[in-house]
Amino acid sequence: MPETTFIIKRYNPEKGVFYTSEYKVPYESDTTILSGLIYIKDYLDRTLSFRYSCRMASCGSCGMVVNKKPTLVCRTLIESVKKPIYIEPLYNFPIIKDLVVDIDIFLDKLKFVKSYIIREKEEDLDKEYIVKPEQLDLIKHSSSCINCMLCYAACPVFGSDEEFIGPAALAILYRYLHDPRDQAKSERIKIASLKNSAYMCSMVGQCTVVCPKGVDPSFHIQRLKVISTLNNLFS
Amino acid sequence: MDKYSHDVIVIGGGAAGLRAAIEAASKSPKLSVAIVSKVYPMRSHTVSAEGGAAAAIKPDDNFDLHAYDTIKGSDFLADQDAVELFVRLAPREIIRLEHWGCPWNRDQEGKIDVRWFGGMSVKRTIHAADKTGFYLLHTLFQTSLKYDNIVRYDEYFVTSIIVENNRFCGITALSLRDGAFHFLKGKAAIIATGGAGQIYKFTTNGAINTGDGMALAYRIGVPLKDMEFVQFHPTCLPGSGILISEAARGEGGYLLNNKYERFLKNYVPTKMELGPRDIISRAIVNEIRLGNGFKGKHGDYVALDLRHLGEEKIEEKLPQIRELAKTFVGIDPVNELIPVRPGQHYFMGGVHVDLNTSTPVTGLFAAGEASCVSINGANRLGSNSLPECLVFGAISGEHAAKFAIEHDYCNVAYENIQIEEKRIFDQLLKKESGIAPAEIKYKLKETMEEKVGILRNEKELLEACREVEKLKEMFKNVSAGDKTMIFNTDIVEILELDFMLDVAEAVAYSALYRKESRGAHYRTDYPERNDKEYLAHTLVYKTREKPQIDYLPVKITKWQPAERKY
Repeated sequence: MPETTFIIKRYNPEKGVFYTSEYKVPYESDTTILSGLIYIKDYLDRTLSFRYSCRMASCGSCGMVVNKKPTLVCRTLIESVKKPIYIEPLYNFPIIKDLVVDIDIFLDKLKFVKSYIIREKEEDLDKEYIVKPEQLDLIKHSSSCINCMLCYAACPVFGSDEEFIGPAALAILYRYLHDPRDQAKSERIKIASLKNSAYMCSMVGQCTVVCPKGVDPSFHIQRLKVISTLNNLFS
Repeated sequence: MDKYSHDVIVIGGGAAGLRAAIEAASKSPKLSVAIVSKVYPMRSHTVSAEGGAAAAIKPDDNFDLHAYDTIKGSDFLADQDAVELFVRLAPREIIRLEHWGCPWNRDQEGKIDVRWFGGMSVKRTIHAADKTGFYLLHTLFQTSLKYDNIVRYDEYFVTSIIVENNRFCGITALSLRDGAFHFLKGKAAIIATGGAGQIYKFTTNGAINTGDGMALAYRIGVPLKDMEFVQFHPTCLPGSGILISEAARGEGGYLLNNKYERFLKNYVPTKMELGPRDIISRAIVNEIRLGNGFKGKHGDYVALDLRHLGEEKIEEKLPQIRELAKTFVGIDPVNELIPVRPGQHYFMGGVHVDLNTSTPVTGLFAAGEASCVSINGANRLGSNSLPECLVFGAISGEHAAKFAIEHDYCNVAYENIQIEEKRIFDQLLKKESGIAPAEIKYKLKETMEEKVGILRNEKELLEACREVEKLKEMFKNVSAGDKTMIFNTDIVEILELDFMLDVAEAVAYSALYRKESRGAHYRTDYPERNDKEYLAHTLVYKTREKPQIDYLPVKITKWQPAERKY
């Protein structure tokens, strides 16, 4: 079985020091980087910490930076990347330990954009809303975000100012703004118009490039700019 | 009230846990509801559910039809009063989720669309493409952010439930972020921790599905019910075990053997690919034994053929299946066959609860896969588990809130909490040297896979029971290889393994004692169903010695057990 080297950037929070560890990992044509990390944890070094669960690119736990690129390691084959493999924790977030970062700031942003349907009153449960397939298509991509945080790690604006609401939360804002069942359009446009919101985006577009689920935050954010601008002009 | 006291504590943040928390929180803004989860809620394994959620919402459907399909699917082991309650409430929950923004697929008129699923007599599976669990989980999680009285403890690992005089008092939990050990006081609690697929080698389940809640309940004397009934999903990717949804067959996919025959004609001729999971999984195992499987590097398999559906339909209805097949086996189902084989998927059994989701411990409730009401009996029908999480999650939230309003906190003997703290820090963390959890974990998975799998017999089940006992002995010599406090995932794995061993014990013993074949529990030495002796739920209790087994009659309302033929 071929073997490769994983070079992992580590962080020891108790001593406050960064260091690197290298490991030899055997692999086959279908071995993922995540399987390689689990191999290290099981057989080589039990002190290595990282998050993972579903191993099918749904739960969003295993975002890391692989060879300088924000990556979901469960869906990335060892065979497909340059070796030795250099793995770092996600950029732009505080590091808790090794490859584990603190993403609480995103959860605050999610709450800030009001990630739920707002209506004057909730309808009775015997009545479904009519939503045409083409209306659903409008939110198809923006509702596919798994909160893996790759886009935040790739975003230079968030990297320089964490006040920026950022790509995933803005995609979710777009998603609720375009949901035909929602009745809080003006409230949402107000959020889109804030200083730390859509306008702060400098259109680098890396968020869309790294997204593993085909969400296009870059597009959604530009749309939010247009919507906000038009709204400000005509109101 | 101190920071760590809550009226209702929900353990687990998946579909059942979130639905429970929202229900409890909406009863009164004065109620403080905690969600304690070892992962951020949106990482919960609900996210991987694919095919859909069943509910009788269409004019050609009705409650009795859904109930009977479920009961027949369960091989008549489901409690019929529970099933009747379930089918009646499922449509409301589906509509509620739609009101909360869940993007269910629509028909041309804009109404909620339904698809075929195995064992169902009409189209009744509501879906959001083939990522239903993902949409449902995120809808629930994002909706939960609306409630200021829901407090989250993200990445807190629950190590024990504290009970005094058969009354729930609180939980102990390890905060992964800083390694601090906490006692969380509660008036009521809901176990909603999902399944335990990790005790098997080949499973669709994520790494977090280690049966924590089942083991937590088992340890405080709550019986686990029907644990021998383990569902093996027919179509998983060889090697990884990644789930290929039943929706693939619901939308018209075929299962083929190496002669390119739709072999299910010899097993479930009237239903073919839409037969129930237990029968189809056994059919695949049999085809492979007959030499009719394809050869692959991860063992023999059969093929799932979607080619005739065409690219447009696959993209619209099964986009994730296409993505998964491309990413993980390098195959595009538009013009190639997907290799599949059965893998562990779901536990029909779980924490014993009644219709109100109450466990025998006062103030302690359970819902979702971690629990057993039971609506799934010996075999769950595909697309019944998501609505089960919603319906019984809501019921548990309602009852836990009511209990919390009517009761006060109970007094706790703090020694019990200190004992638990010592177990973790002195026995596991500080112990100088010992064996690694991986050594035991892989042996356990191997044992369950080989001896408590799809086909079972007395000899192997006995061996499995002995092997699990041996592994539990070995576990006493485990020690942490990481001695630090902050985000120590090594200690988490050790605590999880401890839970997995308890769950495996309950499964193996329950399977050993049921000397009949019913649903997913197939005994080659007792190939017939035996209603005379086993039309009953297994209850397994933890004791100091080996587990104790008891039985509880099945509740029958209006459908007499009959031969189960498809």
